[in-house]
Amino acid sequence: MRKFIRPLACLAALLASCSKEARQFRAGPATGRAPAIAQSELFPGLTAPPASGPNPYEGNAHALAEGRRLYRWFNCNGCHFNGGGGIGPPLMDDQWIYGSEPANVFATIVQGRPNGMPSFHQRLNDQQVWQIVAYVRSLGKLPDAGKPPQRASEKSAARDVKSDPE
Amino acid sequence: MNPEGPRSAAVLPTAGPRAADARASHHDLDRVWSPPEGLYGWLTTTSHTQIGRRFIVTAFIFFLLGGILAALMRLQLSHAESGFLSPDRYNQIFTMHGVTMMFLFAVPIMEGFGIYLIPLMVGTRNLAFPRLNSFGYFTYLIGGILLYAALLLDIGPDAGWFAYLPLAGPEFSPGHRMDFYAEIITFLEISALVGAVEIIVTVFKLRAPGMTLNRMPLFVWALLVTSFMIVFAMPSVEMASAYLILERLAGTHFFDPAAGGDPMLWQHAFWFFGHPEVYIIFIPATGMVASIVVTFSQRQMFGYPAVILALITTGFVGFGLWVHHMFATGLPSLGMSFFAAASMMIAIPSGIQVFCWIATLWTGRPRLRVPLWFVLGFVFLFVMGGLTGVMLGAVPFNLQVHDTYFVVAHFHYVLIGGAVFPLFGGFYYWFPKMTGRMLNERLGLWNFWLMFIGFNVTFFPMHELGFRGMPRRVYTYLESTGWEPLNLLASCGAAVLAVGVLLFVINVLWSRARGQAAGDNPWGADTLEWTTTSPPPNYNFHFQPVVTDRYPGWTRGPDSPVVVGLKDDAHEVLVTTTLDAVPDHRTTFPPHSIWPFLTAVAVAVIFFGLIFTPWAIPAGAVLAMAMLILWFWPKHHVLHRGHEEDAP
Amino acid sequence: MDFRTLLSRTAPAALPATGLLLSGCGLRGSHHALDPAGPQAGAIGSLWWLLLVVSAVVFVVVMTALVLALTRYHETPDRENLPAQAHRTVMGWVAGGVGVTVLILFVFLVATLLAERRIAAIDADPEALEISVIGRQWWWEIQYENAAPWLTATTANEIHIPVGRPVHLKLNSADVIHSFWVPSLGGKRDLIPGHTNRLSIQADRAGVFEGQCAEFCGHQHAHMRIIVVAQPPEEFEAWLEQQRQPAREPQTEGEIRGREVFLASDCIMCHSIRGTTAMSQVGPDLTHLAGRRTLAAGVLPNTRGHLGGWILDPQGIKPGNRMPRHTFPAEQFHPLLDYLGSLE
Repeated sequence: MRKFIRPLACLAALLASCSKEARQFRAGPATGRAPAIAQSELFPGLTAPPASGPNPYEGNAHALAEGRRLYRWFNCNGCHFNGGGGIGPPLMDDQWIYGSEPANVFATIVQGRPNGMPSFHQRLNDQQVWQIVAYVRSLGKLPDAGKPPQRASEKSAARDVKSDPE
Repeated sequence: MNPEGPRSAAVLPTAGPRAADARASHHDLDRVWSPPEGLYGWLTTTSHTQIGRRFIVTAFIFFLLGGILAALMRLQLSHAESGFLSPDRYNQIFTMHGVTMMFLFAVPIMEGFGIYLIPLMVGTRNLAFPRLNSFGYFTYLIGGILLYAALLLDIGPDAGWFAYLPLAGPEFSPGHRMDFYAEIITFLEISALVGAVEIIVTVFKLRAPGMTLNRMPLFVWALLVTSFMIVFAMPSVEMASAYLILERLAGTHFFDPAAGGDPMLWQHAFWFFGHPEVYIIFIPATGMVASIVVTFSQRQMFGYPAVILALITTGFVGFGLWVHHMFATGLPSLGMSFFAAASMMIAIPSGIQVFCWIATLWTGRPRLRVPLWFVLGFVFLFVMGGLTGVMLGAVPFNLQVHDTYFVVAHFHYVLIGGAVFPLFGGFYYWFPKMTGRMLNERLGLWNFWLMFIGFNVTFFPMHELGFRGMPRRVYTYLESTGWEPLNLLASCGAAVLAVGVLLFVINVLWSRARGQAAGDNPWGADTLEWTTTSPPPNYNFHFQPVVTDRYPGWTRGPDSPVVVGLKDDAHEVLVTTTLDAVPDHRTTFPPHSIWPFLTAVAVAVIFFGLIFTPWAIPAGAVLAMAMLILWFWPKHHVLHRGHEEDAP
Repeated sequence: MDFRTLLSRTAPAALPATGLLLSGCGLRGSHHALDPAGPQAGAIGSLWWLLLVVSAVVFVVVMTALVLALTRYHETPDRENLPAQAHRTVMGWVAGGVGVTVLILFVFLVATLLAERRIAAIDADPEALEISVIGRQWWWEIQYENAAPWLTATTANEIHIPVGRPVHLKLNSADVIHSFWVPSLGGKRDLIPGHTNRLSIQADRAGVFEGQCAEFCGHQHAHMRIIVVAQPPEEFEAWLEQQRQPAREPQTEGEIRGREVFLASDCIMCHSIRGTTAMSQVGPDLTHLAGRRTLAAGVLPNTRGHLGGWILDPQGIKPGNRMPRHTFPAEQFHPLLDYLGSLE
């Protein structure tokens, strides 16, 4: 049995890594609820509430690509540009005003924040929010967040193409 | 290592004063040219017959795997809106079907036949650069295994074997799927290139004395032309896939229009390889057909010089057709007209070959055995496919049926009809030589007819499906299109075709154990490989022949001239001049070696590792450098006379 | 009537008729390359019949020669040499075959050029209607161009054209390569990002002509159909005038409530309805949704039930496409469908 452990472990590692490649299309509809986040370390009864779950799409290649697409489609780049910030704070740096955990970013997107971050509650379903969360965290180069998908040019090819001179 | 199967001692005098000398020299040759036993022997052999057989068997296994993928596709498409395969899974399957058939089956199997047969046909002991040959095989094997591992792990490439950008680029194909494609294709095609180099050098420099260029068998000519095509075409796909690697992993914008790039660059670079690729697959098949036609007509090829010129012309003109894959992309019509004309023109050399084959049969005395049946099937299917190909050269018509099932029908007619049928004919023809046993004739006829009927029932209706508007690469279709009946018919045909192929596998497995003993020359063929035993000894010929005409298989006897004076106890090989095969000098080939295998692994580390980390380049490069240094380390024993030491 | 006219008139009917017999009468719109509805497809169809007939003859001749070669009486031959007379005869046949091949290819080339000329003549027509088609994964954005911006119109997946008038399509792509193809009207042209390609189509009879994207473009390439509706010129002008208008105001209580639901939901993130505050450009324009024959790029008939099913679960119908699933309580969903059904 022992001689199988190493190859099995390698196989398991390989198979686990392939969740990064899974493409999930039929996620459930929106719950409209942000996961519970603790903003403080004081809890009555001295026991912390159960930790909010991780991003189910963390590091998933398809989710990162979808997140990038949604980031552009829904004009996140209008304020945050491509991560460098402008009107809104940068997303590429390591300063997260409202927390960098997936649940925090989820809540920020869904609830909105003072000084200009709109609330996307009921405008995005959970899967879309998680995909954007995954993408945004990959911009910030957080551990386990995956590599940001290759930065494609921002301009939409159709709109900016020069028409024929004739 | 002893060759399998019954051996004939026809080339060795077994009685008389020379018999003892002959046995001793056979013993020396056998000892020197046989690889070691066991796994170490398997990894280190440089015997062209062993490596050629491996290419053939491995490629045939990939053919079966690709066929299973095709069966899955046909199952999915038999019914409208079938839920059997998700679009994601289907995309991986059809991409891998194309990659398997084009990269893992067709070119390697033709090269495999070349590697096996060419040294025998030109009368020498081994292929040039034997260690490179081993390297080429392991490169191919590792690449193929990695691709299938990716498919099984849901990371299979899924943007088509042609990988058009921007779809195959980083924005629209996220993850590692197309990284596998880009890296492994670049890696795999090294194998094709090294095979081509070996074949060219063998054909030019290692021919038996007296085998001038115009006494070479047509199969050798075909592989020579193919090898030159590989040398010019493969770098184009290497370049294109290298660009794709950079695009996906290094953030370049070769194909990104918003940053000054152009998706058309990919198409040109890919199809500049892609069109010659299909001739690289087809031309060796014509060589097989020529061999079979000559043998089964029992007379020399009618118009031998014309056939050679036709092969060379096809090789040249084949490089001028690639834009016919791009007629719908909006290129200027004047430019496209050149490619349309060239696409039609290439029918002329193909036609010359077909006419010469028919003329050979006409003027000979044909014997209908299974290899010839496959050739007849080939003529039927290839002429039909070639005619639809000429139609596709007409630009306006092309614009209707491009990227539809009409094209799927066309290229399966020319690839299965034009390459796989001759290949099966070649299997039946050369199996006796490779194993010493005949394949069963009755099962062979069933094999042929099921394949022929199944093929036509599968692919002929696809012409009509193309006219009805069914595009390629669709995982399903709406019921209201009315495409279901013909698709169902095609799927039934595919089942028949599959049974035919299965019969072949059964025939091989049965005949290896219980086939009729073959003898040296069961077909009465004219080329040199039939003058040695079946299967050939590791040293091919006891004495290298001296050739005096185009059909040594028919004219040589026990008193025919041979080369004497080469050492029996070293890997000594005679090098002759290119045009007239006049003996020039002797050289010593390297014995078995582990370094080609290890170098292949090291190079694989570079390409495979690069998918995951850029550190694979320095790490893999250092490793590959080390392997190459050890590969080329000078061996002292080469400089000494007398016994050879075993190489490290 | 000469043979070619006879062939070209009967065969195009025979083939689709056979097709119908084989397939049952499930066709919604015509989509057979040999059932031409316009001059381009007609020119290509004529070219096809020439190619087919000549190729069939060549095939039969070659196969006959092959069969004869096998079945004729053979003496045991000299392996190397032929008698001079036999050699000359066979050489004559082979050379003749090559000569005939060259001649046939030349004929094909000339016929091709003539067909190309006929098609190009339509490209140059200055009276043509200009329509811009932008391919997206996995639908078609259609814009009717006009120098006056208030006379432009935007729709999705369904193109209306006037009968008898050439239409110039300007083809672009917003993401990957697609290909515009309606077999009854003519050949295809790719939509390549970064390039503006042009294709001319013309319908010479009224009808509905279907096509499909013909360049692999991702998961739902199989479900990216095109509907071309050819109408008599007056009907077409009326339709186009309607398309230029903003959305019809909701009349009934249900429609008014439906508009509220629409504007409060996530639909506005992707879709636009001109005349409301929904102005997103990334998804299909829904201003005149109810007037279209199909939904989801030709995949579903445009009925209330199909629309409801599509909104609730687009991933079940076109897995991998860009539209997410939804849930709506019944008291919101039915008004929503009322409203969308009112957008003529």
